[in-house]
Amino acid sequence: MHNALQGNHVRISEKLLRAYEQVNRENAERLRAGLEDADFVFIHDPQPAHLLQNCPKRRGKWIWRCHIDASHPYRPVWKYLQQFVSGYDASIFSLAGFAKSLPHPQYIIPPSIDPLSEKNMDLPGDEIDAVFGEFQLDPQRPLLLQVSRFDRFKDPLGVIQAFRIVKKFVPDQQLVLAGGGATDDPEGEIVLREVREAAAEDPDIHILLLPPDAHRKINALQRAADIILQKSIKEGFGLTVTEAMWKGKPVIGGDTGGIRLQVTNFNTGFRVSTPEGAALRIRYLLRHPQKMIEIGGKAREFVRDNFLLTRHLREYLTLILSLHYGAKDRIELG
Amino acid sequence: MTETTVQPSPGMAHGDFVIKDCALIAIATGSRAMTLKELRDGLRTIDEASIFYHFWGGLLQPRFEEREYNNDFAAWAWYHLHDATLAERMAVIDPIGFASLEALRGELLDIIEERLDEEEYLPWLQATSPFEFIRSQIVVFDTHKRATTSEELVRLFPDISASSIFYHFIDARRRLSHHGNDFSFWLAGFDGRYQELCNRLNGIDPYFGSLTDLKSELNGLFQEYFREVMI
Repeated sequence: MHNALQGNHVRISEKLLRAYEQVNRENAERLRAGLEDADFVFIHDPQPAHLLQNCPKRRGKWIWRCHIDASHPYRPVWKYLQQFVSGYDASIFSLAGFAKSLPHPQYIIPPSIDPLSEKNMDLPGDEIDAVFGEFQLDPQRPLLLQVSRFDRFKDPLGVIQAFRIVKKFVPDQQLVLAGGGATDDPEGEIVLREVREAAAEDPDIHILLLPPDAHRKINALQRAADIILQKSIKEGFGLTVTEAMWKGKPVIGGDTGGIRLQVTNFNTGFRVSTPEGAALRIRYLLRHPQKMIEIGGKAREFVRDNFLLTRHLREYLTLILSLHYGAKDRIELG
Repeated sequence: MTETTVQPSPGMAHGDFVIKDCALIAIATGSRAMTLKELRDGLRTIDEASIFYHFWGGLLQPRFEEREYNNDFAAWAWYHLHDATLAERMAVIDPIGFASLEALRGELLDIIEERLDEEEYLPWLQATSPFEFIRSQIVVFDTHKRATTSEELVRLFPDISASSIFYHFIDARRRLSHHGNDFSFWLAGFDGRYQELCNRLNGIDPYFGSLTDLKSELNGLFQEYFREVMI
């Protein structure tokens, strides 16, 4: 469903749709008391969207938060989901371009990161250095990193292609593709196999399968890297981009979705459309280490100003007030 | 179309300066334009809150670029329609100079119509990305900080948030009948004692730069004025 909403023509059988509804019914049985009693309920993404149908005595406002780029969905799947989503009191999208035709207000709120979480907190230098030994990386050579699920939309094969192009000019660089499989992503195994095949001949490409709670490890890898890649061809927002920028790293990101909101050429990184584009920007950055520091510094400040959870909380509170007071342009409190 | 209530900030003028803060939330209108003709058609009917948002809302939204084209219409004309002539004509519009958002809408429509007449290809030219009409809701809240005297206001000023500056200096233009700002409005209540300061405040152009820049400029002006007065 996730892939279909991002535009892949994935037919979902009736049997699977009934299973989706059944799982939601079972979850509703467990959660109903709390959900029906709550003043505001935020439901994230399509997986639990059907919960609303199973809470007929709900008394609060329900908000559907869509994290993905559903601007050009596979119609039959969107049509199916729309019947549930339309019943919500509001929805939230990360970008205006992702908003859909729905019979309720659609708020535009980008997501955020928590700078104090394990994924983003400052780490001692020796903990960062330790990842070099743990994953057989050379601290003396440039390190490129992409952190993401093994998903076609994240284009890991494109990253390997870019790495190969750059290697002709910068032979000593090393690449880490770090990720884990999403338990609800049936395609992950296939993509991982393709990535392993593509990287098989090259000892400088490291594929790391990390457990879902390896936040501190990912944090250390991001801090150890010289350049962070997020060469997505479709992206809701790209929180790994935000995480990398917060760590003062230049990001080379796909020219899509929320990456456009975060990465500005020559300022916070580079946006690219092809492996060739990514290769060009990697070469540029490796040749201009001072520029990498400058871009990384700007990136961190940009995240500080715009993408930390304090801003996010403020917007959620504003949304709650907005729903409470209705559609007027101006709400004066106290 | 919704009517915007235009009111000075409650408690202003002859009482204390009530320091308020605000949060702006963006709401998709569902209206978008892929061509200049569609932009014109959308502009004709879009809520005036959307026009306000596309001229001023960017100050409270994430964006990295310097405001080279300082309203969203001009930026779209350049970055997505690649029409420099239109972008420049739209960028030069000073929203402060218009009596109402309706008048501002009229000016935008005039410029677009003129440009559509000039180039035969423009009505059909597809933009690289659509213009998304967004409107905003503003939530205003009391910080419970008060200034009784101008000196007190200057003392409190460094701790005022950027969004508070938005409320008192930008949003005030919609609330005050003479399109001024809350600081001048309040200082004018001291029987002309601060006329010179009001003139300087009214002379600040908030249209370029960030709210942080604006706050710094205002702070500098307050500090300078009171230093001069003390001498």
